[in-house]
Amino acid sequence: MNLNKERMSARTVSHLRKGEKGIIKSFTDRAMSLKLLEMGCLPGCEVRLDAVAPFGDPICINVGGSYCLSLRLNEAAVIEIE
Amino acid sequence: MKQGNIKVALVGNPNAGKSTLFNALTGLRQKTGNFPGVTVEKKSGTFKLSGADGQPELSAIIVDLPGTYSIYPKSRDETVVMDILANPKHPDFPDVVVVVADASNLQRNLLLFTEVNDLGLPCVLALNMLDVAASMNLTVNAVQLAMKLNVPVVRINARTGEGINQLKEAVRQVVERSEHSAFAYFYEPKENEIRLIEEVKAMYALDNDYVALQYVCQHDNFSFLEKPARVALDKLIEKHAFDENLFLAEETVSRYEKIKPIVNKSVKSAGQTEQPYWTRKLDSVLLHPFWGYVMFAAVLILVFQAIFSWATYPVDLLDAGIAASIEWTKGVLPEGILNDLITDGIMAGLGGILLFIPPIAILFALVSILEESGYMARVMVIMDKLMRKFGLNGRSVVPLISGVACAVPAIMTTRSISSRYERLLTILVTPLMSCSARLPIYTILIALVVPSTKVLGFLNMQGLVLFGLYLLGLVGALGTAWLLSLFIPRKEPGYFMLEMPSYKLPRWGHVAFTMYDSVRSFVLEAGKVIMSISIILWVLSSYGPGDRMENAEAQVVATMRNAPQEQVNAAISSVKLENSYAGQFGHFIEPAIRPLGYDWKIGIALLASFAAREVFVGTMATIYSISGDFEDVPTVKERLIKEKNPETGQAMFTPAVSFSLLIFYVFAMMCMSTIAVVHRETHGWKWPLIQLAYLMTLAYVSAFVVYQVLS
Repeated sequence: MNLNKERMSARTVSHLRKGEKGIIKSFTDRAMSLKLLEMGCLPGCEVRLDAVAPFGDPICINVGGSYCLSLRLNEAAVIEIE
Repeated sequence: MKQGNIKVALVGNPNAGKSTLFNALTGLRQKTGNFPGVTVEKKSGTFKLSGADGQPELSAIIVDLPGTYSIYPKSRDETVVMDILANPKHPDFPDVVVVVADASNLQRNLLLFTEVNDLGLPCVLALNMLDVAASMNLTVNAVQLAMKLNVPVVRINARTGEGINQLKEAVRQVVERSEHSAFAYFYEPKENEIRLIEEVKAMYALDNDYVALQYVCQHDNFSFLEKPARVALDKLIEKHAFDENLFLAEETVSRYEKIKPIVNKSVKSAGQTEQPYWTRKLDSVLLHPFWGYVMFAAVLILVFQAIFSWATYPVDLLDAGIAASIEWTKGVLPEGILNDLITDGIMAGLGGILLFIPPIAILFALVSILEESGYMARVMVIMDKLMRKFGLNGRSVVPLISGVACAVPAIMTTRSISSRYERLLTILVTPLMSCSARLPIYTILIALVVPSTKVLGFLNMQGLVLFGLYLLGLVGALGTAWLLSLFIPRKEPGYFMLEMPSYKLPRWGHVAFTMYDSVRSFVLEAGKVIMSISIILWVLSSYGPGDRMENAEAQVVATMRNAPQEQVNAAISSVKLENSYAGQFGHFIEPAIRPLGYDWKIGIALLASFAAREVFVGTMATIYSISGDFEDVPTVKERLIKEKNPETGQAMFTPAVSFSLLIFYVFAMMCMSTIAVVHRETHGWKWPLIQLAYLMTLAYVSAFVVYQVLS
């Protein structure tokens, strides 16, 4: 797992379009990553943007096909995807 | 084998069906209270375990622990879990832990299980929501899972009660098993951690590695550790250069590495897994940028309609019943002080409490239905961005809505807000939402000065003003939250992260129980305050310093010799009140409230309602001496209309005075129970006092402005 903040321009969950999928690669914030891990967002896990709240934030992502997680854009921006 | 009651703890992720299972196990043999030393709500209950082979029946006490995704707490509620599980001396320390897991999301749910297992606690894994898993094309092999996890696994359906007996049987077998067979850790500590663990184990006489690690990571949350012990642990952390955050992340990842192959072996998926069809369909509407808000507005209108329209029928019935029973008691008991105390003091006070039951019951039933169905989570999502602008959190919506019934339970629901800062702001502004105790004040004052005319043909002017007052409360709450967020520094970033449960039909039994429980706690908590205030108020307005009251009475009798008896009686009670302790208080504060347009009589009502707003109308009734004669009782409203301002000779309750009072009550913190609950929830007097000060200032200044502008 990569916890470094070296590639700021990397694609994150916050860049996903509705219905678009991505595979979790790493996290850029350690404190936030712990919470995300506990909520089942693991590196290698597929996520899909399911819904966007009015005003574009928070968003709802489907985690590994198993459940729907709602998070704020700044939280989603911590999750790097490929 | 263990004798006496077995203690069982229920642990699981939020939305895994923990409380449903709890209800299925205990039925009505449950009670709510607090965990010792903290104000986290504790649900406990009992159930029976049939003994096998002629063994006697066993009785189990089960405690429902707060739902959590891991044993590392994210909110205040969740600290309770480890405070109990890491402390064998805790009265609730379990003999067996039942871990409830959502089978449709097994990997994430098993994280908590492996953590609890590593604490060395005997576990049973209850696999719930297999039907949801099936609808997602997932099948779970429980036998395989039990073998891989080395734990009894029971398939249950908490909603239908399926598998509950097998679960009880599994619990009994774990209890009767003499020693914990073939225990293995899921997490294997690394080299540097082992040295630290050994030192902690030696220091605190522990035999479990993972418990020792929890001493290291969580000692600040452990109520059973004294200060020196915490300091000693901090020193150990420093000595071993232990990086807690790094450890937590690595531990969680390594646990998932163990869990993944197990889940892959025991869960078979046929085709694409996907959330249930109806959940996706409903979400496309309820989370829609436009329709989402329309639906939420419709739900809110329904809730308000229920509280203000449906609740009036039972309220009116109760009101009439209370008046009748007071009248009856007055007639039955011999006249005298005791009669007055019982009827005017205690029964009037009790009546005040009963009147709040219908709106509170309806509101909590509706909130509980919204939560049960899964809709509340969607409301939090669509409101989060808006709430954040004011320094709050999407989760603040629930306390704010509940605040319309009563601020006390509303403030208790803020515990689910994990960010301390956002929780504090929510607590500080929730009392601004107009609670049901303000409703009688609003109704009576609006009826006095606002004509019941139609606006635009269908809207009632009085209803419109009432709605305006509620809106003012909401605007006040959001505005103060925003102002406070400018002054109170934010130490940590707030976070949202919320699981969206799939939509479910509410369990009606659970809704009924929540309703009963909230009404019961309201009657007990707020009731105590209201009762004592009524009695104190009665005493203060029935007795006066020295013989002032007697002298005043004699004077009235002397001057009104020729007036009809009825008028004399009214005049007597009026001067008696003026010369009572309460009357003296009223006169004392009159200079302070004169700029708002109030006289000493309103002053008494203000003082009395400082403890609880609901006392206001009753006090006005007492003060305007209408409680005496039951033959031809003018209503409080009629009496208020007739009240003259002694200086101008005009009506006392002019629009200026009435609106000034209305605005005062929208903002003022007139509730001892709220102050008490804020004190409890924020652990100190700092915040309740700050809150009291700014709300009172806000109330005073706005009432002053309103009166000066209108008069």
